Amino acid sequence: MTLYAFFGAIEQGFAYGLMVIGVYLTFRVLDFPDLTVDGSLPLGAAVSAVAITSGYSPLLAIFMAAGAGFMAGAATGILNTKFKILHLLASILTMIALYSINLRIMGRPNMALLGQDTVVDWFIDFTNMLPQHSSPLLFGLICFAVVIVLIWFLHTEIGLAFLATGDNKQMITSQGVNTDNVIIFGVGLSNALVAASGALVAQNQGAADVNMGVGTIVAGLASVIIGETVFGDKTIGRALIAALLGSVLYRIAIGLALGLKLGSFAITPSDLNLITAILVVFALVMPKMKRQFMAGRSK
Amino acid sequence: MKKILLFLVAALLVASTAFAGKKYVISVTQIVEHPALDAMRQGVADRLKEKGIDFDYNVHNAQNNMATNTQIVSQIIGEEPDLVLAIATPGAQACARKIHDTPIVFTGVTDPVTAGLVKDLKNTDGKNITGLSDFSPIDKQVALIQELVPGVKTIGIIYNSGEPNAVPILKALKEEAAKVGIKVEEATIANSSGVYQAAKSLVGRCDAVYVGTDNTVVSAIESAVKVCEDNKLPLIVGDVDSVARGAIAAEAVDYYKMGLQTGDMIARILVDGVKPADMPVEFLNDLNLHVNMKAAKAMGVTVPQSVLDRADKVIE
Repeated sequence: MTLYAFFGAIEQGFAYGLMVIGVYLTFRVLDFPDLTVDGSLPLGAAVSAVAITSGYSPLLAIFMAAGAGFMAGAATGILNTKFKILHLLASILTMIALYSINLRIMGRPNMALLGQDTVVDWFIDFTNMLPQHSSPLLFGLICFAVVIVLIWFLHTEIGLAFLATGDNKQMITSQGVNTDNVIIFGVGLSNALVAASGALVAQNQGAADVNMGVGTIVAGLASVIIGETVFGDKTIGRALIAALLGSVLYRIAIGLALGLKLGSFAITPSDLNLITAILVVFALVMPKMKRQFMAGRSK
Repeated sequence: MKKILLFLVAALLVASTAFAGKKYVISVTQIVEHPALDAMRQGVADRLKEKGIDFDYNVHNAQNNMATNTQIVSQIIGEEPDLVLAIATPGAQACARKIHDTPIVFTGVTDPVTAGLVKDLKNTDGKNITGLSDFSPIDKQVALIQELVPGVKTIGIIYNSGEPNAVPILKALKEEAAKVGIKVEEATIANSSGVYQAAKSLVGRCDAVYVGTDNTVVSAIESAVKVCEDNKLPLIVGDVDSVARGAIAAEAVDYYKMGLQTGDMIARILVDGVKPADMPVEFLNDLNLHVNMKAAKAMGVTVPQSVLDRADKVIE
């Protein structure tokens, strides 16, 4: 893996970092498997692309994307809580609806941002660094800022209700908290983060594409689980940072798979998904094997 | 005099071996495995070999994942290639965003201007990028439909509204059809399982069905063939491979030949030192006409001799 590829993996890890944190919030905190993300990631990209091409600032475009993502997530939450549709199905419904909505928003399947000013360009100009260093730094700073705000939020009264809803719904209902509203807000918040991530990704890769959401949930879950396994999840703050770093490790695994050359042994680029899966399994199993090994030695 | 001549010959030999010894690194990004995209990649390699150019071909495939597609760009920068070959739109966009010095040649991009790769088809904005568009010659295809289905009033088109390549084709079809007074009826799908129903929805609404270079529809072209055969509705397509699968005819780009022509562009940049900025976007010069007689019979079409005369391939 070259240095460029390594920085590229970190950049991708942080660009999708907000998405992974969003997936962590629904999947682990709310106990809500949310497939909306496959639609809200391109939604964020689409909204920010349209905003930028109509002359809004790229920074404002990210907040607009987050707002749209919040609405998409809230829609899933409402379908689940108010209409009693199973969470998985509710999120699939929103996801497929978003495909058409995203096409409507952009008016076409692929909207180019090449030649437009983006937050990435701003940051490059501001720091005067090489692009391959400045964009991972920018996305990293954004992710850590969001993590700090989230840690603060999850220690407020609403935040604690939010944490408790996923743990024990009955207990928190008996405390007088409306769990429906917490779920709607929570899935909304999660998808706001996912859409913001989509906006960053679109600004970084130079285009918003209606198909860019495919596989988001898989990448998100893999990142969350890798983060947990490698960095632990004792406190909520540690779990959030673990999810974020899990995203980076996941992209490094893909980077390794992309650069893998074993002499004449016939590994071709078409094996990428398989190799990535094997590397992720390896990352998941390693810490456990290490623990067993240590336990065995101390006997 | 002899000495000078000998010296000149020696110098020439040294120069030519130095030239032959140069090994270029070409990094390739391809969005997904697809027969047309694979054929283009092969075509480029074959043409470069034909020209005696020595090169390492670093092929990357994103397996249709946009995050991987972006990550491949960092891999490519790390490989320090002499030239980047970007196959299909998303790969070309990601490269254009991050790579500003190394020449980029794209191929298989339908609409490079809307994709933001070049300012216009003459490539006047002086960037490090140029390439080949696979835009179907829709005017020729409309003419072919008129030849095969005399008196055609309405053409039905099946397309995927989510595919970047399909939308400009629809727009062009509407424009070209309007020029000759033909109406266009649309049937849009979101995935290939919708092709059957979309084809059925066109029955009675049109005199002929057209499918362009739309990966989603083409992957399930058999469903459209079945509906068209059942209803004696002529099906004309925008890619030659679908003709063997049951469509009547196509006059279209041959992706392998596109690869060859892209290889020519690459050779001009690597060997002749031409700058991508000085090379306008090219289109395929060489089209292929394929006709399927069995399909024509099943769909109630008599293929005129004028079409048979210029066909590159007739399937009996």
